[in-house]
Amino acid sequence: MIVLDVLLRQGSFTLDVHALLDQPVTALFGPSGAGKTTVLDAIAGLRTPASGSITIDQRVLFDSSRGVNVPPYRRHVGYVAQDVALFPHMSVRRNVLYGRRDGQKLSLATVAEMLEIETLLDRDVPQLSGGERQRVALARALMSAPELLLLDEPLAAVDVERRRRILPYLERVRDQLRVPIVYVTHDPAEARQLADQVIVLEEGQVVR
Amino acid sequence: MDAWQITGFTIATAAAATLLMLPPGLLLAWLMARGRFPGRVVLDTVVSLPLVMPPVATGLVLLMLVAPRGPVGRVLARAGVDVVFTWKAVVLAMTVMGLPLLVRTVRAGIEQVDRRYEAAASTLGAGPLRVFFTVTLPLARPAVAAGAVLGFARALGEFGATIMIAGSIPGSTRTLAVAIYSFAETGRDRDAAVLVAISAAIAFGALCVSNWISSRAGLRT
Repeated sequence: MIVLDVLLRQGSFTLDVHALLDQPVTALFGPSGAGKTTVLDAIAGLRTPASGSITIDQRVLFDSSRGVNVPPYRRHVGYVAQDVALFPHMSVRRNVLYGRRDGQKLSLATVAEMLEIETLLDRDVPQLSGGERQRVALARALMSAPELLLLDEPLAAVDVERRRRILPYLERVRDQLRVPIVYVTHDPAEARQLADQVIVLEEGQVVR
Repeated sequence: MDAWQITGFTIATAAAATLLMLPPGLLLAWLMARGRFPGRVVLDTVVSLPLVMPPVATGLVLLMLVAPRGPVGRVLARAGVDVVFTWKAVVLAMTVMGLPLLVRTVRAGIEQVDRRYEAAASTLGAGPLRVFFTVTLPLARPAVAAGAVLGFARALGEFGATIMIAGSIPGSTRTLAVAIYSFAETGRDRDAAVLVAISAAIAFGALCVSNWISSRAGLRT
């Protein structure tokens, strides 16, 4: 269960979100500029709220009143950003293994098979297509054994055909690994298909 | 005149200076590109000072610091280390004069590195040091190479600070630049001309290496 109580200002934009995420998959839905990505950045620790608190299963990641701000590398929150940001100077294999944690039960073989990237492992990042990049980035995030997975519009950069092909992978992650997922999208159909809970954001506020 | 001794000594000390300026240079470049701390502007200014001050003035400051009675020299003397008018002074002068060029080049390179990669690495559990060595530095590698070549070239030609703290002792502190001056001043124009030719050849080589590095970097991206 994730409890968000976040006030964050960025220029003239104010994000003021209070929400309880207690389902396996939560979709953050809303028009562009609503602050969806900013919410993910705050959960991942890449942006610091002005005030409020963020907790995952009683684990306090941020609490302005107690001066707690856990750095991103200790949050155990996997984040696949919209641009996926695969390291361009490493092979796919090194990318996927970059964040592997000691005691990680999930093996590279399992993840590679689940996301069907076995044949990509020895390629270089520039050789990958958009859909392949998404799967590799997802694999990389999963190998770090996240307690929560943040996905920012994982299907925005791929065409409709590939979208249909990637959705099943996300469903596999949801059903087989049981990692809670917070999923950003501006597509209502996508939100309905994957998510158990939909949070609608508009202009930095939860409207529903 | 032993042209080969002078040439070898100059290249060796410049190489040592380049190796010596890399660790602090990379750290300073990183701090200035990515750090947020009070006094950043002051640090930037201090590091860049040798670039704009007369080298002889920088040499005098160094001399006052490392002279046997200077604040740094006193500590070194107690440890039995003599710096002034030895090869160590040559390396010191070269390091201080080359450092700003290295820092500026690497800093610009680090600023070019997309922060999204560093952010991705940190969400994967990499702390600041690991992010720097596995993501930032490899992606800024062309700038590091270019900065090192610039620092090395600056070290090769170092004159003003060197003459202040190392002098021009044949066989012990005399570098190409210092030797050219000493020979020209004492009327040994032929010897000076030979060293000028050698200097030009080394500079040519360094420029070739620098161009090769930047063209390779251009191909990769």
